[in-house]
Amino acid sequence: MGKLHTEHRKIAVPGDLLAEGMDFVPSMGSYRDDEKVFASTVGIVDIRGRVIKVIPLNGRYMPMKNDVVIGKIKDIAYNHWSVDIGGPTDANLSVSEGVSDYVDLARTDLSRYYNFDDYIVAKILRVGSDGFVQLTTKGPGLKKLRGGKLTEMVSSKVPRAIGKSGSMITMIKDMTNTEIIIGENGWIWINGKPEDELRATLAITKINEESHTAGLTKRIEEMLKKGV
Amino acid sequence: MIKLVDNAQVEFILGLAATKKRLDNRKNFEGFRETQIEYDVSMNAEGSARVKLGKTDVTAGIKIGIGEPFADRPDEGVIIVNVELPPIASPNFEAGPPREPTIELARVVDRGIRESGAIDLKKLCIKEGEKVWIVYIDIYALNHSGNLFDASSFAAVAALSKTFFPKVDKDYNVQYGEKSKKKLTIKRLPISCTFAKIAGKIFIDPSLKEEEVMSGRLTVTCSEDMVHAMQKGLQDGFSASEVDKCVADAMKVSKELRKLFK
Repeated sequence: MGKLHTEHRKIAVPGDLLAEGMDFVPSMGSYRDDEKVFASTVGIVDIRGRVIKVIPLNGRYMPMKNDVVIGKIKDIAYNHWSVDIGGPTDANLSVSEGVSDYVDLARTDLSRYYNFDDYIVAKILRVGSDGFVQLTTKGPGLKKLRGGKLTEMVSSKVPRAIGKSGSMITMIKDMTNTEIIIGENGWIWINGKPEDELRATLAITKINEESHTAGLTKRIEEMLKKGV
Repeated sequence: MIKLVDNAQVEFILGLAATKKRLDNRKNFEGFRETQIEYDVSMNAEGSARVKLGKTDVTAGIKIGIGEPFADRPDEGVIIVNVELPPIASPNFEAGPPREPTIELARVVDRGIRESGAIDLKKLCIKEGEKVWIVYIDIYALNHSGNLFDASSFAAVAALSKTFFPKVDKDYNVQYGEKSKKKLTIKRLPISCTFAKIAGKIFIDPSLKEEEVMSGRLTVTCSEDMVHAMQKGLQDGFSASEVDKCVADAMKVSKELRKLFK
């Protein structure tokens, strides 16, 4: 039987010994060296049965298949758009995955569909071994976003912003009277009146900063009740 | 690569401005973010200070040495300002030799101190043409969250105001580690105020998100009654009346800021 050297929800730094023994399985943010499991990032230890995970406190978004992300159109090429999704490389949205009607590439200006600076909700179709990311906007809820503004948080903390079965995000939406879409890349689109957008943004900033503490939902509720 | 201006962000900033609010929800729409000054943060420096401007964090350290004066200014001491923007302060900063923004930042801080006459260079002279005091002002950014210009300038001035000369022996060899009781005198406090122009509107003390979309920048350095230095950056222009307004605002705001310095 292996031995655990850490606790659930404790902070770990790279090189920290998390557990000993082959019955523990390293997952995100940890690795095995012989019998021992070490942390490879700064983060919060998450133990689920035999699986040990270190949820990073900071860092870039790493694209994963089937993630629903928010992206920004950075470039228009002959037959695709380059989309910034906050990952290490720009993602690719091809015409066939972005538009459902027939497009004559020789005659059509692609900015009709998605122009520079437009925000989109898209799903990651494929992540290549070389880091190539292919997006699609075909599917329920995937669309071009009109108006609104974008705010960012660390992608690994996104579950905290959503809360248990959406409790946190529903509360923020109701209390600030805004429309919010959270991308799994940590980009968050907010639409409402400017002062409402600001309140929602400040709430999300607070979640980002205090994600590792307990009783966060209550504090966010108090903060929004007091008004900013 | 050409950076696209985030139009959604500009609209958001302007929308908030209409309701007299700023992105970081600062208390005073036309004022600085919360500013904190901490003195004597470095043991080995002759004087040091750390300034927090919202989430922007900058430290400055002063080292004093003895050297030869410049040939054309034999009776004046030397001040040298150096700014370091290490990668820990922002993902956009890279290690290596200083680049244009770093050099501009150092020059603006330097000009504010030099042109205001905060330090009397003639008093730094030990022996004309041979030995003068050299004041090194080293500024390190610890976190970049907008307006490094003012944070660096505050840190430099605050550190200078708490600087003591090191001890020297008979042959004028500096004995580092021991401070003398002789204080570096600061004649006036030059306070810099930076303004950002976003879609034709002017904002004081821009935060990071505002700096990302600004098209023009103006830094005004003033003392109690006088403007000593200015620096205009980026492509957008400022009209004469806009410059007048910036100067008037800088004079007003710097009065409040000056109270933070001990």
